[in-house]
Amino acid sequence: MATPILTQDQSVTWQTAQLSMLERMLLIRHAESRLARVAKEVGLPGGVHLSIGQEATAVGICSQLEEDDWMTSTHRGHGHFLAKGGDVNAMFAEIWGKSSGICKGMGGSMHVADFSKGIIGANGIVGGGLAIATGAALAAQLDGNGRAAVCFFGDGAANQGVFMECLNVASIWNLPAIFVCENNGLSEFTVSSTVTAGKLSDRARAFDMPVSVVDGNDVRAIAQAARNAVERCRRSEGPSYIEASTYRIQGHLEAEDMILGGGTYRTNDEVERWRKDDRDPIARFRDCLNNEGVCDHTLFATMTADAEAAVEAAVAFAEQGDPADTKLAYALMGVGEEA
Amino acid sequence: MSRKRYTQAINEALHEEMERDPKTILFGEDVALAVFGDTRGLLDKFGPKRVRNTPICEATIAGMAVGAAAAGYRVIAHLLFSNFIYTGFDAIANQMAKLRLMTGGQIDLPITVLAVYGGGASQAAQHSDANHPVLMNLGGIDVLVPATPADAKGMLKTAIRSNRPSFFLEASGLGAVGGEVPDGEHLVPLGKASVARDGMDVTLISVGSMIRATQNAAKKLAEAGVDAEIIDVRSLVPLDERTIIKSVMKTGRTVIIDEARDMCSAASHIAAVIADKGFAGLRAPVRRVTVNNSSMPYAPNAEAAIFPNADDIVRAATSICQPETAA
Ligand SMILES: Cc1ncc(C[n+]2csc(CCOP(=O)(O)OP(=O)(O)O)c2C)c(N)n1
Ligand SMILES: [Mg+2]
Repeated sequence: MATPILTQDQSVTWQTAQLSMLERMLLIRHAESRLARVAKEVGLPGGVHLSIGQEATAVGICSQLEEDDWMTSTHRGHGHFLAKGGDVNAMFAEIWGKSSGICKGMGGSMHVADFSKGIIGANGIVGGGLAIATGAALAAQLDGNGRAAVCFFGDGAANQGVFMECLNVASIWNLPAIFVCENNGLSEFTVSSTVTAGKLSDRARAFDMPVSVVDGNDVRAIAQAARNAVERCRRSEGPSYIEASTYRIQGHLEAEDMILGGGTYRTNDEVERWRKDDRDPIARFRDCLNNEGVCDHTLFATMTADAEAAVEAAVAFAEQGDPADTKLAYALMGVGEEA
Repeated sequence: MSRKRYTQAINEALHEEMERDPKTILFGEDVALAVFGDTRGLLDKFGPKRVRNTPICEATIAGMAVGAAAAGYRVIAHLLFSNFIYTGFDAIANQMAKLRLMTGGQIDLPITVLAVYGGGASQAAQHSDANHPVLMNLGGIDVLVPATPADAKGMLKTAIRSNRPSFFLEASGLGAVGGEVPDGEHLVPLGKASVARDGMDVTLISVGSMIRATQNAAKKLAEAGVDAEIIDVRSLVPLDERTIIKSVMKTGRTVIIDEARDMCSAASHIAAVIADKGFAGLRAPVRRVTVNNSSMPYAPNAEAAIFPNADDIVRAATSICQPETAA
């Protein structure tokens, strides 16, 4: 699904590429808004961490990847999964805990993975994807096939020591790795600036790799940065670091209010400011495409309706699925019947 | 006595002990707003010198606990979910557990690490481990698994005052459970099991989080005419072998209930202790109700199928309570 065309040549290929990015962003937005509603109204089995407001990062990066490029994700991984070509039906069924889920109901929201699409998976361990992506980059280098390994991680994760360890290994071995920091300024209920010294991008600079710090709500800026980084991987030129500044609109997880018991770590004003059309990544891209004559209001309305329909179909698929196989965990963990 | 929730009792213990000794400090991820509610209010009361939100860096949190304790402070560190013990494990296993030995006893390490453990809520494999056995195996570290609000408060206060490193593991499923807690200064000694129910026919040995399933099982067994004794093993290191053996000698039949994976679990260790020291009193094989060496799947039905419950306990107890049948 790589989107090769970034220059605005107005060709059909270029227009299709733009619309396909918009289509993915809409799918992610509507899928996650629906999850938020279900979590609130009927409840989902486990916790869900939503990436509403951060869709441009996932889509911009993945628009430059091929299906066989590797990608690791985070606890906030639905957007990455869908952007990399994961199936929304299979993702919903997973979150519903069904055997038709992409991980057969064994992993849930925090562990969606599809190896056939290069999606090594979401992760419940903050920073857990960093070394895994670095290892996948090592494999890609050994294969010599020009594959890239992308690691999404948060600004909070960048304070884990393993981040610096991976930058070092990737740099010293010239691995085809792309470290993508989704800097939303928050680590759970802590404002990241209160626990983070210096600039994260300087950490990557210290390990001698190209760094680009981009507006994380501008999908084209992200795609351009990704393009450069991916080309370096294809040419065996080594790792890159991309930092996308963005904002998480939803709570850290959907049960946040209950957990916080009245405590706060940000103001409603701040959230509202990021919701506005001049910051919202989808509204911005929509307006931009409208100005360029690529997507008028009618087309946008149709695309929105399509996304909603796909999401409703996914809910139906998930609800109709068979319950997870109760013996599967033992089989997968190599446990005999008798202890 | 006043009725309190488990988490509330822990919160009170933290307030009281921080109040008592100004050299007590507390740090960890999000301790200010308190993900589990246990550290709530401490920052406001004791200020940012003594109560600190850390970055996400469990290796450093555990290592700093060692350093600050060695340098004279009484440290309480919060690791959130007990699965994050693994990301902090070097400092725990190579430093915290060993420093006193390696330095010929030059220092004490008054460290209490808090972490919430256990499954049953579809938190999936990386947020559901009951991993006390990993800590029990280290040596040099006390491992505490209180099951009631009163014990949570009393044991935490004792642990904080102790000069040995300890892990105070909070059962995720018990956080909202209420119970009577003695008013005023309430200390519970470490290394003492409690007899939660007197009985004659079979000893149910419950480890931490398993107390409710065990109590339910005892009720069902009573309906079937089996009078179960419940030992609540609230401290795994040190382990109260005496109370365990005494009960086994009385009933001759034992089921050990532990949320850990079976292999090298607290249950299997306790079974070994009983084989060593209670053999003469045994009238039937010792049974264990544990997790059958799997991590927790996410789907509620798949997790429930693996998670130890009252029926599993009843079945195990019944299998050894038939007179004269060697099960
Ligand atoms: C090793 C580990 N430590 C702590 C946590 C708890 N936790 C989950 S998400 C999170 C914050 C992560 O912040 P960031 O990396 O910036 O990602 P964001 O949530 O902002 O997307 C924390 C502390 C965890 N899951 N794993
Ligand atoms: Mg963040």
